[in-house]
Amino acid sequence: MATQHSRSAARLMMAPAVILLLGWMLVPLTMTLFFSFKKYLPLRGDSLGNGLDWVGFDNYVRFVSSSSFWPSVVTTLLIVGGVLVITVVLGILLAIMLDQPMWGQGVVRILVIAPFFVMPTVSALVWKNLFMDPVNGFLAHVWRFFGATPVEWLSQASLQSIIMIVSWQWLPFATLILLTAIQSLDSEQLEAAEMDGAPVTSRFFYIVLPHLSRATTIVILIQTIFLLSIFAEIFVTTGGAFGTRTLTYLIYQRVLESQNVGLGSAGGVYAIILANIVAIFLMRIVGKNLDA
Amino acid sequence: MARAVTTQRKTINTIVAWGIGLLIFFPILWIIILSFKAEGDAIKTPIEVLSSAWTFENYGVVQERSDYSKHFFNSVILAFGSTVLGLIIAVPAAWSMAFVPSKRTKDILMWMLSTKMLPAVGVLYPIYLLFIRLGLLDTRFGLVIVLMLINLPIIVWMLYTYFREIPGEILEAARMDGATLWSEILYVLTPMAIPGIASTLLLNVILAWNEAFWTLNLTAATAAPLTAFIASYSSPEGLFYAKLSAASTMAIAPILIMGWFSQKQLVRGLTFGAVK
Amino acid sequence: MGSITLKQVTKSFGATNVIPPLDLQIDDGEFVVFVGPSGCGKSTLLRLIAGLEDVSSGVIEIDGVDATAKPPAKRGLAMVFQSYALYPHMSVKKNIAFPLKMAGIDQAEAEKKVAAAANVLNLTDYLDRRPGQLSGGQRQRVAIGRAIVREPEAFLFDEPLSNLDAALRVNMRLEISELHNELKTTMIYVTHDQVEAMTMADKIVVLHAGVIEQVGSPLELYKTPRNKFVAGFIGSPKMNFIEGPEAQKHGAATIGIRPEHIDLSAESGAWKGKVGVSEHLGSDTFLHVQTDFGLLTVRAGGEVGLHHGDTVWLSPHEDHLHRFDAAGMAI
Repeated sequence: MATQHSRSAARLMMAPAVILLLGWMLVPLTMTLFFSFKKYLPLRGDSLGNGLDWVGFDNYVRFVSSSSFWPSVVTTLLIVGGVLVITVVLGILLAIMLDQPMWGQGVVRILVIAPFFVMPTVSALVWKNLFMDPVNGFLAHVWRFFGATPVEWLSQASLQSIIMIVSWQWLPFATLILLTAIQSLDSEQLEAAEMDGAPVTSRFFYIVLPHLSRATTIVILIQTIFLLSIFAEIFVTTGGAFGTRTLTYLIYQRVLESQNVGLGSAGGVYAIILANIVAIFLMRIVGKNLDA
Repeated sequence: MARAVTTQRKTINTIVAWGIGLLIFFPILWIIILSFKAEGDAIKTPIEVLSSAWTFENYGVVQERSDYSKHFFNSVILAFGSTVLGLIIAVPAAWSMAFVPSKRTKDILMWMLSTKMLPAVGVLYPIYLLFIRLGLLDTRFGLVIVLMLINLPIIVWMLYTYFREIPGEILEAARMDGATLWSEILYVLTPMAIPGIASTLLLNVILAWNEAFWTLNLTAATAAPLTAFIASYSSPEGLFYAKLSAASTMAIAPILIMGWFSQKQLVRGLTFGAVK
Repeated sequence: MGSITLKQVTKSFGATNVIPPLDLQIDDGEFVVFVGPSGCGKSTLLRLIAGLEDVSSGVIEIDGVDATAKPPAKRGLAMVFQSYALYPHMSVKKNIAFPLKMAGIDQAEAEKKVAAAANVLNLTDYLDRRPGQLSGGQRQRVAIGRAIVREPEAFLFDEPLSNLDAALRVNMRLEISELHNELKTTMIYVTHDQVEAMTMADKIVVLHAGVIEQVGSPLELYKTPRNKFVAGFIGSPKMNFIEGPEAQKHGAATIGIRPEHIDLSAESGAWKGKVGVSEHLGSDTFLHVQTDFGLLTVRAGGEVGLHHGDTVWLSPHEDHLHRFDAAGMAI
């Protein structure tokens, strides 16, 4: 299929995409790296024009030794972990449910998938006000109906609230992926198991679940990458208060709120390294698939 | 399923599934309901809310104040602009990777996907600075470029997978039939790839419409799309539930509809082919 | 007109050499079949001739003109693909007209040619349908129509019948042979099915691992195979091979005898054996007989009344016995 003529044409056609992405990656990355080794507080008069002081690994050390660092790491792990557990477990159950014969399956699918398409700011604000508001929110009314005191979600159970909101948004994604995987399971395998005398639960644990393990891994890896950088939900509900400050949010605050660019950039480098580690695992699986 | 399913079992499945489905969908349903209620009614108990009068006034109010239509318009421009621009750049790239693959094609593709995994916060300040210097801050043009760049890997990826599904023999047949490269693309490849291109467009318009990091940090009054506009409701004065609901409904309705059509594309586009 | 010459043609994919230096002459109007097991390079060879792959070295001449560097469109050849490769978004008419459109022929002229081709192939009623609405055999004919309309120097067929069911395959075989008789254009046909090769070819090229084992008419290959490979490949069921003392008796390292050249007897004969599985086709019976030197397949006409476990005597026709030396070459 390939002759000399095609090859050079091909290289030319790839060029714009490659050059643009290369620029998009390299330019800001090098700048972030650059800033991370400098003292740069624009609000205090530092500017690129005046030249910035080199501080070596100072920012890196300060970022990690700051009292907000470890809490933010813990918060990040809790949120990501919490959402992963909820979306994967419920996702598998929902996927199985949607795979069953029923009437109006198409409509149920739409109902279950819908939350993913709601923009994060709408989702967060709606949950914060329409549902979680301790005075007028839907949940408050329900709690009062049963005679209990309404929970002050975002101030008392803020971490759980964020986890709830984000899980609601991402559950459809997990469900859809896992449903696709379940439907790709060859029914003949299950039939053979049935002929071999396996009851429903055994068939689930020995055939369905292993088949899903690959899809589950993908869901976990992809969601982790996106969940590490959730922003809008926190921005719009708590602004990082009440213990909901993730690593991403901490960096954001350092860079854009307190405007300590050097410190924030160092933090950014940490975040990039962390994301890359997860990405390496994901890319290995994707790579194997590309060969197929 | 190997054998016939009893009607009883099907009924149970249906009831359970619809119940859970409605539970998950409920918040969205509630938004839509509240958008048609007066503010005073919107904060009452659910039963009272449902039995109160319906009204269109919120939609009117939201439209009038705060240039809702301007933000809606911005969302449209940003979402479609970035996606169309991305397609123009991605189609040739995906074509060459799918039909003239080299040893490094796979590596380049994976590298492109990996750029999507870069945490935005890590490059926030440099981009912010660049935008100020280049005068792109709070411009639709600047945001179109950024949104195009973050979705480009997915656009290229999806087009690549769709192009690969076109049987190579058909293109060879075109070549034997005397088609030049351009004729091949125009008369054979593009017509066969249109469904794939449409699917890619659909998913990426949705992703761009909902993007809520760069749109929040790089825009202000002029270029802010709906994501940022809704965010401004986070520090409101006075009663606002119904208005928030109306604004939200208008913001999410187009995407909910588009999303219904794009389930398969979602799986293909966001799992990078690792799940079939 | 449609003569094709390959001189010292080689093909390598990266470090793997698929076709070592190969020479071949195809004369105008011949029906040549490239046959061989999977992976022998027959499709690769066809694609080299078509121009869809570049040769690693060597020369391809079409009508005496060096065509090695020419792109497929300029070689004056037409190809029918295994999967038909029809344009799914175009009607049958547009599919067949496509090469004419690419050649810039004006519409009226093109319509005439398309109608003529459709006529020859019985496609006139289907001109407005899309490939998706046609059966396998019809799609095959559209693919052939698209090739005919180019009035090429030679037709190239890449295993065109593999995707059809058995009955259809037999019909299409006849149709393609008829077409050759009518058009008298050179045809190069690739298949792994030696029955197709034997029934359709003027000349058969047997390929094995990129090497031409033998070139000849079907009957030549049947009667005088040059080596064990060709002997075992042509003819169905396969020729029986016997090694060891029995072969040495006849002055060879291996002897070969076709199932149809062995006589059966319940009383006497050269070799003694026991009947194993027997296959009854009604017109013939194939018996698999266990002997001291291996399992032999024997053809008997009609029904023979022999059963599993029966003792039987086999006598090979001496004048049909093939002898091969230790290297597998015919003596």
